[in-house]
Amino acid sequence: MSAPLLEVRDLTLGFTGRRGQPPLRILRDVNFSIARGERVGLVGESGCGKSVTGLALMRLLPATAQIGGTVTLDGADMARASAAQVRRMRGKKIAMIFQEPMSALDPVFPVGEQLGEALRLHETLPRAEEKARVVQALADVGIPAPERRYGEYPHQLSGGMRQRVMIAMALINKPDLIIADEPTTALDVTIQAQIMDLLRDLSERTGTALLFITHDLGVVAETCQRMITMYAGEIVEDAPVDDALRAPKHPYTSGLLRSLPHFNRERGQFAYIPGRVPAPNAMPRGCRFAARCPHAASACAEPQVLREIEPGRRVRCIRAEALDLDGAVERSPA
Amino acid sequence: MLNPLQRRMLTRRLLQTVPVLILATFSVFMLLKLLPGDVAITLAGENASAERIAEIRQNYGLDKPLLIQYATWAWNALQGDLSSSLLSGEEVTTTLARVFPNTLFIVCYAILISIVLGVPLGILAAARAGGLADRMVMLLSSIGVALPNFWIAMIFVVAFALNRTWFPATGFVSPFEDPLRAIWYATLPAVALAASGVAEVSRQLRSSLVEILQSQHFRTLHAKGLPFRSILWKHGLRNVSVNLLTVISLLVNRTLAATVVVEVVFAIPGMGNTIVNATLQRDFPVVQGAVLAMVLTVITVNLVTDMLYSVLDPRISQQ
Ligand SMILES: Nc1ncnc2c1ncn2[C@@H]1O[C@H](COP(=O)(O)OP(=O)(O)O)[C@@H](O)[C@H]1O
Ligand code: SF4
Ligand SMILES: [Mg+2]
Repeated sequence: MSAPLLEVRDLTLGFTGRRGQPPLRILRDVNFSIARGERVGLVGESGCGKSVTGLALMRLLPATAQIGGTVTLDGADMARASAAQVRRMRGKKIAMIFQEPMSALDPVFPVGEQLGEALRLHETLPRAEEKARVVQALADVGIPAPERRYGEYPHQLSGGMRQRVMIAMALINKPDLIIADEPTTALDVTIQAQIMDLLRDLSERTGTALLFITHDLGVVAETCQRMITMYAGEIVEDAPVDDALRAPKHPYTSGLLRSLPHFNRERGQFAYIPGRVPAPNAMPRGCRFAARCPHAASACAEPQVLREIEPGRRVRCIRAEALDLDGAVERSPA
Repeated sequence: MLNPLQRRMLTRRLLQTVPVLILATFSVFMLLKLLPGDVAITLAGENASAERIAEIRQNYGLDKPLLIQYATWAWNALQGDLSSSLLSGEEVTTTLARVFPNTLFIVCYAILISIVLGVPLGILAAARAGGLADRMVMLLSSIGVALPNFWIAMIFVVAFALNRTWFPATGFVSPFEDPLRAIWYATLPAVALAASGVAEVSRQLRSSLVEILQSQHFRTLHAKGLPFRSILWKHGLRNVSVNLLTVISLLVNRTLAATVVVEVVFAIPGMGNTIVNATLQRDFPVVQGAVLAMVLTVITVNLVTDMLYSVLDPRISQQ
């Protein structure tokens, strides 16, 4: 097996507190890898640390962030690279699509210029060729009349079109990995599906790996090959998507799946996870999910480690093997 | 050149200026009339008889009711006739053509200094927000904003004209006659006027830049690998250009007003001195004409500003 495209080792993240306050510890013991061309979903409730994980990979966190561990992307350590090195990697090796297409583009430059600028950073092209490439990039993401859109400003485009522009911009330098942080949350439902299809198609066609951050597990089921569940700044489960959906091994993943709407309809039950994610400054010593876990036992008061329970499956729960948890898909009778 | 929307805006704005002009000239007129003192007595001389004064009043129409006097002036002004100085007899338009360019010269010079120094200082402060350079710039600019222009002007005169004689203490050379000497003469007054301008421009530019640099689309710029200098100079400046325009436009208006005092300190034959002298002598046609010219200038500046807004921000022109 070749080395993975991205390897995240012992990633920790804290933010320096205000004067006199202790630092806020947000991420701890984050370990995962992404293979070339692989599509990985990163799921979890709001506040679990998904976005800051993505931003840490891009080195886009504010100066108050303290990052530990290593982030190896195609052999280079993003966490330790100089600012200039990081800049050269951004766009070319790793790109990011954000949640809010409405505010992610610069309002005072035409979209063509914003794409051309991205291209220019990594390639020197004659003007005419640059424009042709940008128009092609717009066409590739399904923007009608790309020639005309080239000169238009973001406010002249709909939300869906703007997100397509963002995708075109992320793809224009053919990066190895794209991080998409809830790229469809701000869009209409019908547009959401189109954008997701587009991302999956482009990833398949270009071989670009995708780290797909979302709280929508249905989208992960349709788009990704692997699913990583995050809870309170830790990875609690990492499994191939089918396994995770059919037979989750962590009670939190199971809880997320059980609160999916269509799952509830089928079984006529509502299964919201009671309680809320503990605050960064009030993390329990033991299993961070214990206060909300229906299966908590005395052993759960000890700190939990992420361990491999079968090849390609990791889970952070001491009782993983003992539990028989519900997934989103009916299991065929054994 | 102008699209229909801009043309409609222009027409509307021009119509709006009419009441502003009437209000401004009328209130100045009334203020002048309410002040004690009578130009007819000045004209008649120290020991003139009451009949002589009455005759002069009649000649100049000063015996008519105030509203009629104002209406007469306004009607003539509408036809481009600003009448003549009661004292010197010089046509007011001639006076204005002589002194107004001098004021404009000083004001433009001061605005230029404000921009040339204020913009780089604001960018420097924003780029190093929270750092030493930022705190130095902010300290200097709070001093610049707080000190009155005339005080700065007098300090400059003492420091650079009387103590060191680098610059002339008073006087003025027309830029049309001798541009280099004109600049030399105008430097101290312009710098005195610009002190608060530099402070204002750098301060406002810094704060709008710092804010925009935090915004979401600037994170996108970092994400695509753009170096900080392009982020700051290209996207940063372009994004705050509307704010900068507002600041500069307000500054032009304020500098026009502030020039009155500075002209007196430096004995510059401009609008300020003209207005002050004419007011002291109750020479109302001159005061009226000068006020009209100033108000028209301010209105033009504001109009040009509004037009530039839609050029600088693509979102405005499409609305
Ligand atoms: N710049 C920051 N400074 C301090 N805390 C932050 C900062 N950004 C995020 N956090 C905290 O990190 C935690 C994880 O946030 P986030 O990654 O946005 O969650 P998610 O994307 O999973 O909803 C939250 O508790 C949030 O308050
Ligand atoms: S370790 Fe215990 S409390 Fe935590 S998820 Fe597993 S069973 Fe629940
Ligand atoms: Mg998030």
